[in-house]
Amino acid sequence: MNPVIKVSNVVTRFGSNLVHDGINLSVRQGEIYGLLGGSGSGKSTLLREMIMLQRPQSGQVVVLGHDLGNVGREEAAWLRRQWGVLFQAGALYSSLTVAENVGIKLKEYAHLPKNILQEIVRMKIRMVGLPDYAADLYPAELSGGMIKRASLARALAMDPGLLFLDEPTSGLDPIGAEAFDKLILELREMLNLTVVMVTHDLDSIWTIVDRLAVLGDKKVIAEGSLKEVMNQPHPIIQKFFHGERGRIRVQHGK
Amino acid sequence: MKALEHQPEVTFLRDEEGNILLASSGEWRVATLKGVIPVLDRHLRNLSRRSLRWDLFGISSIDSAGMVLIEYHLNLLAKKGNTVEVTGASQEQQQLYEMVASYISAVPDVPQERESRFLRPFTHLGESVMVFLRDINAFLSFVGENFVVLVLLLLQPWKFRYRAIIKNIQDAGVRALPIITLTSFLIGVVIAYQGAVQLQKFGANIFVVDMIGISVTRELAPLITAIVVAGRTGSSYTAQIGVMKITQEIDAMRIMGFEPHRFLVLPRVIAVMIALPLMIFFADIIGIAGGMLVANLHLNISMTEFIHRLQGVLDVKHVWIGVAKGPFFAWLIAMTGCFRGFQVSRDTESIGRYTTISVVNAIFLVIACDALFSVILTELGI
Repeated sequence: MNPVIKVSNVVTRFGSNLVHDGINLSVRQGEIYGLLGGSGSGKSTLLREMIMLQRPQSGQVVVLGHDLGNVGREEAAWLRRQWGVLFQAGALYSSLTVAENVGIKLKEYAHLPKNILQEIVRMKIRMVGLPDYAADLYPAELSGGMIKRASLARALAMDPGLLFLDEPTSGLDPIGAEAFDKLILELREMLNLTVVMVTHDLDSIWTIVDRLAVLGDKKVIAEGSLKEVMNQPHPIIQKFFHGERGRIRVQHGK
Repeated sequence: MKALEHQPEVTFLRDEEGNILLASSGEWRVATLKGVIPVLDRHLRNLSRRSLRWDLFGISSIDSAGMVLIEYHLNLLAKKGNTVEVTGASQEQQQLYEMVASYISAVPDVPQERESRFLRPFTHLGESVMVFLRDINAFLSFVGENFVVLVLLLLQPWKFRYRAIIKNIQDAGVRALPIITLTSFLIGVVIAYQGAVQLQKFGANIFVVDMIGISVTRELAPLITAIVVAGRTGSSYTAQIGVMKITQEIDAMRIMGFEPHRFLVLPRVIAVMIALPLMIFFADIIGIAGGMLVANLHLNISMTEFIHRLQGVLDVKHVWIGVAKGPFFAWLIAMTGCFRGFQVSRDTESIGRYTTISVVNAIFLVIACDALFSVILTELGI
């Protein structure tokens, strides 16, 4: 089967700062794929390149069979409807309520009558485990965990097949983070999602990620299931998974 | 996953016994649904106590929005006493059906508040009165807190943030001089022109000097300078403190024992209170110079004549009154700016809102304060 996302030989440079030097990886249909790496290793940049917020200097990113370096306007619009993105800080529109945030894409692109739209929005809000009253709250009135959930509901509004999560559990307490991980697993089952997540939450990596890539030294230093990756002798991987596991686990909530 | 999408379709068939068959086909996905909705509405709206069969067999793909649409209509039909049988669903569709059903079946548990349309204006009025009273209350406690910190600082004057005061004088005062020059010069020109036209009719050209001298020094220069400072400095104080509030810098300061009033508010208030009187004096000079230029060009009053006349008619008290208003205006502007900054809440939008409110408040307060000065000074005969 063709991979859903295929990244080949991607090079990214900010000024004189080389971030990626020939990145290769592929994401398969239906899996939860983790992007790992220390701070500054270019995980988020790679994610931004997958969702067309940024262009690599060279190399190819193919999503759902479309080469992102070479898509027309119509194609890009179609592609953008195929994925949902959960930004790190939620990026909810602060002037809109949760319900409006979740419904804004539906309203703009689907032209549904109000009653159907309301039903869909309410379903999505319930689906991510938010109480009904949250629909009328503004982002400023939500807790950190609720912001993540509301933002996830917004990402799922158009029933995308692909979900991008940028550090979904950062800023959540361990209980909240675990619940969020569980939610992502459930949603994947329910909606047949393919999930790409940037994370350095070791608990998430252990419990929900199917396959992962570890970024370091400007390259992918390992790709595969957790077991395969952990057996790699590369010093960064040894450090990440063995040496400082305890310390990172303590920092979990951060 | 192809770019081409098949429109969802539904056809209605009736058998001899009056039973209805809905055969649906195509892609029932969120982006394509809008065409089929009116069709469903039209056919299903008036049905009651009938027996229907809804066949999903032809549906090639469906997402949760499509399923919501189907279940929404199923619920409506059931409510009107129809019996509906759903057939032809694949296992996947069955699962999706159950998932959607589990989320949309329950009635929303949000209490529906419905207030009468006639009462709404009164509710709004009441709310804004309450907001106003709360604001006054909050402002008074802000002033009180500020005063306490000020008194404590006066006992330990070395704890004042002198550097911050100087920096703020630079920002609020010196950097504002170009715009003050321009506005007060133009005010002088305008006053002289308006006066000149009237005074020429009576051959009383020379009185334009009295008019410019007194109106500019006593009223116009203080007012114009204060309004410029309110728009320029007051707003920036609100925005600065507001951003610090959002990024939790204020909290960080409190944690470290850096009293925000000592570090943020007082340096700003004191700086503006020092700078504004000086700026008013500066505006006096420029305003009169503007008037003098027009008097020279338009009324043929030479500069020497003008200055000589000015020395005779412009009592020093007018200049002093104008300059003395400065600290009062400055206090109002800086305190409003800082106060509104502290009111900014967690969302970014409120920075804009409070900045606007702060400028509007400051300008209003300055004008009100000026009116108060006029009344008091006139009553005192000064």
